[in-house]
Amino acid sequence: MATTVIDRRTEQAALRSGPSSAELLELYERMLLVRRVEERLRDDSAAGKLPGAVHLYIGEEAVAVGVCAHLGDRDYVTSTHRGHGHFLAKGGDVRAMMAEIWAKEEGICRGMGGSMHVADVSKGILGANGIVGAGLAIATGAAFGAKLDGEGKLAACFFGDGASNQGVLMETLNLSTLWELPVVFVCENNTFSEFTPSREVTAGRIADRARAFAMPTAEVDGNDVVAVWRAAADAVERARSGGGPSFIEAHTYRIQGHFEAEAFVLSGGRYRDDEEIAAWKKEEKDPVLRCRATLLASGAADEAALRAIEARVLVQVDDAVRFAEAGTPADPALAETLMFVRDEGA
Amino acid sequence: MVERRRLIQAVNDALFEEMERDPKVLVYGEDVELSITGDMRGLHEHFGHDRIRNTPICEATLTGMAVGLASVGYHAVVHMMFSNFFYTGMDAIGNQMAKLRLMTGGQVELPITIIAGYGGGAANAAQHSDSAYPVLMNLGGVNVLTPSTPADAKGLLKTAIRGRNPSFFLEPSGRGGEVGDVPDGEHLVPFGRAAVRREGGDVTVLSIGRMVKPALAAADALAGQGVSVEVIDPRTLVPFDEASLLASVEKTGHLVVVDEARECCGAASQIAAVVAEKAFHALEGPIRRVTTPNVAMPYAPNAERHVIPGEERIVAAVLSLAGRTHKATA
Repeated sequence: MATTVIDRRTEQAALRSGPSSAELLELYERMLLVRRVEERLRDDSAAGKLPGAVHLYIGEEAVAVGVCAHLGDRDYVTSTHRGHGHFLAKGGDVRAMMAEIWAKEEGICRGMGGSMHVADVSKGILGANGIVGAGLAIATGAAFGAKLDGEGKLAACFFGDGASNQGVLMETLNLSTLWELPVVFVCENNTFSEFTPSREVTAGRIADRARAFAMPTAEVDGNDVVAVWRAAADAVERARSGGGPSFIEAHTYRIQGHFEAEAFVLSGGRYRDDEEIAAWKKEEKDPVLRCRATLLASGAADEAALRAIEARVLVQVDDAVRFAEAGTPADPALAETLMFVRDEGA
Repeated sequence: MVERRRLIQAVNDALFEEMERDPKVLVYGEDVELSITGDMRGLHEHFGHDRIRNTPICEATLTGMAVGLASVGYHAVVHMMFSNFFYTGMDAIGNQMAKLRLMTGGQVELPITIIAGYGGGAANAAQHSDSAYPVLMNLGGVNVLTPSTPADAKGLLKTAIRGRNPSFFLEPSGRGGEVGDVPDGEHLVPFGRAAVRREGGDVTVLSIGRMVKPALAAADALAGQGVSVEVIDPRTLVPFDEASLLASVEKTGHLVVVDEARECCGAASQIAAVVAEKAFHALEGPIRRVTTPNVAMPYAPNAERHVIPGEERIVAAVLSLAGRTHKATA
């Protein structure tokens, strides 16, 4: 990317060997799963099959997958309103997520959360969050707990260029630096704050906000899964070894609208050109196609092997949608019983 | 056996006991190490920096961090000093801790205790004197505790810290030095059980937190005029003990609600609505609310006294009802 500035620490990270061929194949399959799930949700949303809005991650898959490849179930992630990719990359179950979006009892949140709140606490997925920037403080708290536990766990916090203009970013950069918390801040700069190009509402460089706290900071091409993987390897190792927080700004691009069916609310209004979107869909930009080309060029996989993966992913997505469609409608009574844990005469 | 303790000492005792009992209980907030509010005195020396520590002034992070800590198995006790500061930390209160349990289909428990002083009367002016509990009551997902005595302060705080839900523990500002009997040993007060502070037969006065004291003074004065007042202290606003209040109103036929929060959509409004819906048949006259009017708290002490409910206004409200029957009202 022309705008990417590689700083000293990223250069150090680049010296590491990247993912092995087998690891790169896994990254490809996970990115492809996210892509195909999101494409199906795009189509089902357009067909009016989904009860609520969905905010899709198409074009940004390399960020979640490249970071989460370094995390285990005992590590934590906080996510955004555009959270399906983080959920799947962290090992969330595709059936349970799909059923949630379809508002079914079998959903990971029993139909009470929906697309914007998919969470699986048993896997350290503390939840997608509909409030822009809210994950910053939650991840900081989780990282404080992880530090006190003293077992080398960490919290990765995904947020966007939009959230970077929330004051809580400054608060959490300050506190996590002071307290040397094991948190990795991952800014997914997809260039849009909802329906506004971020350059119109953002002064300076986002990564400079972390540099102001002397926090180890890397800016990477967020559509290059290997670059994300390397930067994350460096940041995760720092967190696990007691080195405190790190900041990664991943430059990427949101292919879909802020949410599906945005054309309805825009009613003819425009905030970007079709040519720009088309350029980001080309093989030299698209993170999934780029990874595929790398696999072929390096000899890590041949065409037949990749087609087998692609077929397997489609089967998985079809299965998840069938599971969701056939699910039981959510239980409305849960709305009354789930607000409190009833254990204190309360 | 009982011991005489000041209210802030009772809070301090509860914190010592619960931090001793459960190593997962953490305390943080602005200036908690020195404990300028008095209720955290000695904790830092005893428990050390991993269990209690000062934070920057950043309420959005303090409340959000409590959600993160709760999600990973800790119980954060956050001291926010004044209930006005809930407003600066409101996202994690309103959008996270009150909602995450439902949103996740019950996956998370959110054991969080937020402590703050509230109310006027100390010339702290508009931004340090709110009684900011109505906004919490409206969230639906947090407990709201309003102790009026040292014993209840200790018992409610201990219950909150043992609980698995978010709870807001509201200390009556300016009453920290008041002394009362606190039972020795393990003293827990369950949520949702009102206390009858004084029995009476003519008019029920439900008074909240800081307002219990002027309500009792009013009841004394009214006794001299031959009016028998029953004073009820709900102790917790969420959950709210409807049964005790309804039973009292069934007996007296009259209700005055004394609430230091502002009138509009305050606790008194909610409580009046509950009684109007569920005990209308028993009412012999209108329900009276004695509240702070819909104004910011003024600085001048005489102006504060003018707007905060006091004994005189409570007496007047009771006298406007006492002896009324439906016929008299008509």
